[in-house]
Amino acid sequence: MNERLLRELAPQVLAAVARRHGRFDLAEDATQEALIAAAQQWPAEGVPANPRGWLIAVATHRLIDALRAEASRNRREEVAFTQEPPPGADVPDEDDTLTVLFLCCHPALSPPSQLALTLRAVGGLTSAQIAAAFLVPEATMAQRVSRAKATIADAGGRFALPPDDQRAARLGVVLHVLYLMFNEGYTATSGERLQRRELALEAIRLTRMTRELLPGEGEVAGLLALMLLTQARSGARESPDGTLVPLAEQDRLSWDGAMLEEGAQLIQQTLSRAPLGPYQLQAAIAAVHAEAPTAADTDWPQVLKLYDLLHALAPSPVVTLNRAVALAMVDGPRAGLAGLDTLSGDRRLASQHRLAAVRAHLHEMAGDTQAAVAGYEDAARRTTSIPEQRYLRAQAERLRDDVEDPPTAPTTG
Amino acid sequence: MRYILLIYQNTEAWKGLSQEDKDVLMHAAGDIVEELSATGEWVGGEGLADASQARSTRVRDGVVTVTDGPFLEAKEALAGYCIVDVATPRRAEEIAARWPDAQHWGMEIRALMHGGGKED
Repeated sequence: MNERLLRELAPQVLAAVARRHGRFDLAEDATQEALIAAAQQWPAEGVPANPRGWLIAVATHRLIDALRAEASRNRREEVAFTQEPPPGADVPDEDDTLTVLFLCCHPALSPPSQLALTLRAVGGLTSAQIAAAFLVPEATMAQRVSRAKATIADAGGRFALPPDDQRAARLGVVLHVLYLMFNEGYTATSGERLQRRELALEAIRLTRMTRELLPGEGEVAGLLALMLLTQARSGARESPDGTLVPLAEQDRLSWDGAMLEEGAQLIQQTLSRAPLGPYQLQAAIAAVHAEAPTAADTDWPQVLKLYDLLHALAPSPVVTLNRAVALAMVDGPRAGLAGLDTLSGDRRLASQHRLAAVRAHLHEMAGDTQAAVAGYEDAARRTTSIPEQRYLRAQAERLRDDVEDPPTAPTTG
Repeated sequence: MRYILLIYQNTEAWKGLSQEDKDVLMHAAGDIVEELSATGEWVGGEGLADASQARSTRVRDGVVTVTDGPFLEAKEALAGYCIVDVATPRRAEEIAARWPDAQHWGMEIRALMHGGGKED
């Protein structure tokens, strides 16, 4: 219970401290230390009457200690004292969480650094927790976070919302970071890897928070709807032994109905009033899949129409790939295969294994078993995901058996 | 994305280098490790003892055999590895190309497998 409260307060505390002292880097460390102190003291001493004020007071003390240490290193002790707030200084009431979020998603940072810093400063996670989710040592993650803060400072990032003329572009980066965070966690995982699923839930929490702060932004709502509609399938995505279950074979009764409902309603409302955007279109596609009681009931012409819109609005190799699947379902596998032609050797398509897997699937639909087997094997060699590799090898194996033992007519007598 | 960068060296050629040249190589590698640690891309890495000291083991029908030496008489042998966590495959290639051994011998860049995956 405390952890949830602490993580909700984390960006507010950081914002209050950073705004008063203008030192985002030190304020971020001080806030982490205050969170750790709270996690240690509150269970024994009880939650203080004003938890936010308590955290801000502790973080401020830690920040002043850090400023003093820095000043004595610099032999400029007066700096520390000029920056010390007067006793009893007011704690600002405004919620500057959005400012923290924009700063963490500063365009000068690489996506892994944006993700790490956002999870720590906005999500209130420790470096150790983030490191565990990304499978790197804690020291690697701690360095990534501190380097990210230094990079922001070098790039002249100040503790203020971006100017109006940069706001749309900067919001785009924020949404992309939340999307990447979700994707990192949106994985079918087995046993000990549960922490990655928590990453998806954290992305949903932060996107929900962003939506509360920016209720008028259609793409924020679209991204939240997309996450909800996708995450609702998480329980059906893998069999008990950890094997991936493709969308067409999932047990739709085990999808999370409440999450689907929330996502579907959200995207419906948003589409009717906001300017169209890529996240809204992807959410709309997810909603079409969610509406179908069985895979065979999927409204593929509608899915294709939405992919056409997405292709026009935000063309990318991934959109081309997914559109080809819808095209195959509407106009047949040959049409789908033709739609993939432009993608071969496209260096922008990071997941070349998905191209191979989709091509194999379409060859299988077209009855070209040999090409399908070769395609699944090619895809299995290209993937770096163990469950995907297992799945793809099983597909190749299944078809190879069919080639070697063609189904024979049942004998009578 | 996590990659292992396998460092291959020609053992004979390495022995033939002057101490000064070796120091330059070692320093260049140390500088890269320091830089990658600062960026938060360094996951880990080690240098390996000389390939002539390698032992190989096989188990056949429950019988364990241990033999001296590497499997093959190759001129280039595995001399060390680095594991990096980077934003793009290009970045892994860039780091490998900067590693000093790449100028003399070669680096092999291999993606690490992971336990997650998507269903479609």
